[in-house]
Amino acid sequence: MSQTVIEPVSEPVNDGSGLAKEPLLQIRDLEVGFQTQRGLVPAVRGVSLTLYAGQTLAIVGESGSGKTTTAQAIIKLLAGTGTITAGQILFEGRDLAGLSEKQMQDVRGRLIGYVPQDPMSNLNPVWNIGFQVEEAIRANNVAQGKAARQRTIQVLQEAGLSDAQDRLKQFPHQFSGGMRQRVLIGIGLSARPKLLIADEPTSALDVTVQRQILDHLGTLTRDYGTSVLFITHDLGLAAERAEQLVVMYKGKVVESGPSQEILANPQHPYTQRLVAAAPSLASRRIQSAKNDDASGADIYSGGSLDTTLVARAAEREPAAEARDLIKVQNISKMYRIRTKGLKYNELLAVNDVSFAIKKGTTTALVGESGSGKSTVAKLILQLESITSGQIEFDGQDVAGLKGTALLKFRRRVQPVFQDPYGSLDPQYNVGNTIAEPLLAHKIGSSAERQARVRELLDQVSLPWATRYRYPSELSGGQRQRIAVARALALKPDVLVLDEAVSALDVLVQGQILNLLTELQTELDLTYLFITHDLAVVRLVADNVCVMQKGKIVESASTDEVFDSPREAYTRELLAAIPGANFEFGR
Amino acid sequence: MPNKNPNAQTHYVAALEETPVETVDRLDESQKARSTWADAWDAMRVRPTFWVSSALILLIVIVALFPSLFAQVSPRDCDLGDSHSGAEDGHPLGFTRQGCDIYARIIFGTQASVTVGLLATILVTFTGIIVGALAGYYGGVLDAIVSRIGDIFFAVPTVLGAIVLMSVLPERTPVTIALVLSLFAWPQIARIMRGAVLSARNSDYVTASVALGVSKFRILLRHVVPNSIAPVIVIATVSLGTFIVAEATLSFLGIGLPPAIMSWGNDIDAAKSSLRTNPQVLLYPAAALSVTVLAFLMLGDVVRDALDPEARARR
Repeated sequence: MSQTVIEPVSEPVNDGSGLAKEPLLQIRDLEVGFQTQRGLVPAVRGVSLTLYAGQTLAIVGESGSGKTTTAQAIIKLLAGTGTITAGQILFEGRDLAGLSEKQMQDVRGRLIGYVPQDPMSNLNPVWNIGFQVEEAIRANNVAQGKAARQRTIQVLQEAGLSDAQDRLKQFPHQFSGGMRQRVLIGIGLSARPKLLIADEPTSALDVTVQRQILDHLGTLTRDYGTSVLFITHDLGLAAERAEQLVVMYKGKVVESGPSQEILANPQHPYTQRLVAAAPSLASRRIQSAKNDDASGADIYSGGSLDTTLVARAAEREPAAEARDLIKVQNISKMYRIRTKGLKYNELLAVNDVSFAIKKGTTTALVGESGSGKSTVAKLILQLESITSGQIEFDGQDVAGLKGTALLKFRRRVQPVFQDPYGSLDPQYNVGNTIAEPLLAHKIGSSAERQARVRELLDQVSLPWATRYRYPSELSGGQRQRIAVARALALKPDVLVLDEAVSALDVLVQGQILNLLTELQTELDLTYLFITHDLAVVRLVADNVCVMQKGKIVESASTDEVFDSPREAYTRELLAAIPGANFEFGR
Repeated sequence: MPNKNPNAQTHYVAALEETPVETVDRLDESQKARSTWADAWDAMRVRPTFWVSSALILLIVIVALFPSLFAQVSPRDCDLGDSHSGAEDGHPLGFTRQGCDIYARIIFGTQASVTVGLLATILVTFTGIIVGALAGYYGGVLDAIVSRIGDIFFAVPTVLGAIVLMSVLPERTPVTIALVLSLFAWPQIARIMRGAVLSARNSDYVTASVALGVSKFRILLRHVVPNSIAPVIVIATVSLGTFIVAEATLSFLGIGLPPAIMSWGNDIDAAKSSLRTNPQVLLYPAAALSVTVLAFLMLGDVVRDALDPEARARR
């Protein structure tokens, strides 16, 4: 094995430019495995990377690529049964892989800070914020006693919480997601570490919040000269925030180097695939025609996304005369939230929203969390009752539909939900899941239903053998395809797609968008596409409604919204998309 | 090996043969299909405890159904002359104070004890599942009423409640004991079921089914109940043992089965007078009771581990 002979750790690495400088972090042939019932399963297979002081490096990859495992191995916080089986992690020349747990405690926090992925679950809900930050400060011996309290306030102020003094006694549930992430960043940087590992620090946040947080993080780390190791699935974000890029695939590094160069000129087929699938604002339908050559065909399995979209764009023109299938007029939804005792607060989740969708087209409803977009979906699906206003479907008022009329409506308007893990019953195999709507509406004999399941599986490009599988055995993308197949079982006219691709990896997302576009042309479907991701909207929607705080602030055709947004809020949303103005090599 | 370190300034590309790119999101068709229950079966199957407890339970059930296959001597054929005699040919465990064969009495006593245990468990499980599922799923007034009724029964200790009720019942048979025991024990299962249903009710697949047009009751039957039943099955297997003990307790106190019906509880009760002189009279029925309860508890343990993925991971 090659890693048995390793040079003295302190030897400086020549970076090829003639200047010899010591890297801050150098990972050599790292291998990490997880012990399972079936033996050791490798998660990271021979990863090497180098990070110099003051640099920012991003590890990009899909879920399961080993990017988080690599980051966790650095600070030896591997989940469950994970162990480092080979390789070195040299931090300032010291091999972290060989350190004891006690020695690692000194490294964590003080030398290497860590900002975890999910700000919702990484703060302890029973302790106030001040206590949790102070705990980190004391543990790292930054300050003790009264000084620690002073430092806590300072840390929170640096993290961008201006009224830190008053907020010390508040609890995590009183903080928004963005504020919690600021607290976590503050904790991560409180001991002025030399390296900060940020594991998808903003994936759970809205784009505008994400931008603020990343800008702030950039300023802080630049001021302190901290190196940053970003873990992200978002190529645009990596392009914008990191100088160095490492692309991981199935536990291996497939490409690494300066990020601008890699994204402008990807060499490895996997990186090329990723770059091609990244839905950024730069990926316009017209431009993407470039990719329509032989090499594009084997990069995608099942047809290139872009070519289909070009074809769709061409077909779109004559279809413009179609009638309105769904007409939403001045709908509002009020929730009553119990406060203290018997008092109620009224929350207007949807406020006077009107729009119409023509048959065979896609309308996107875009907004940040809390904008009321999902509530609109629920109202249209008749899962919640409207407070005021009118929803017309195919010329008929759907409010207050009951019994068979409601069943008839449900047959024609089907939903696909966000979470492909939660929306399928874990106890039902795929065949039964897809057949369920047929059974519920008493359609066909057993044999006919089987035939329909077969047809549907075929439509979503899954093999017939899939029918005996259970959801736990399928990947996120496969589950979402099952959910689409189930929604199509009754041959509906409308699909309401509530964040249907948001939880998926970029390549799989491309595949599902592609599938949805194909199905739309094939079956003349109408889509209501609810998403927070404007870049995806660009790829699939004909019309866009931008929602903010329960109201539609802008509503126009996709091209109009993207090329000449009228509202300041829309412009802000567009500008916040990571890598918005970055030219990807295609 | 060449220096694979992707140096900071160079653009490194892995050799393609080392990192072949697969088609996106392909389904591995070679794998076998698995369900939660199949997984649970696989997890149980490899544990010796499962086989030992299952074999024991099977044996106990066969003994309960066909006691005469195991004992040639009649348990009622007692001769006072044999009182407290030790083991002899054909009578491996000796005789009671009344001169009855201990071994035969244990074998024939199995039926009553196991009947009470199984019947009470079945009653409690069904009542608990139905009541808990309805309360959790429909909520509102129904939930409030059912939960409070449950709380009232919950507040009375099962054995205490049974003592009071049994003492006023005109007829005491295994069936009445099972009925009385389940009357006081169902709220526990109902509570567990209600909690599980509450969490399953709010899951996305239920919302998805509503939107698909599946009726509310059908969703309860086909999605909510199957997804909430695992913890109930675990508690049911464990409580089977405790019901057998409860029957013995009641019989020992003299308000369980009448002395005419053979049961382990009655035998233990009868043995207390000769405890000092002939402890084996007490020992054997007590051992039979312990082994039976242990077998069901062991099975309950294995089932719990198999259905709870976290417990499986800890092993």
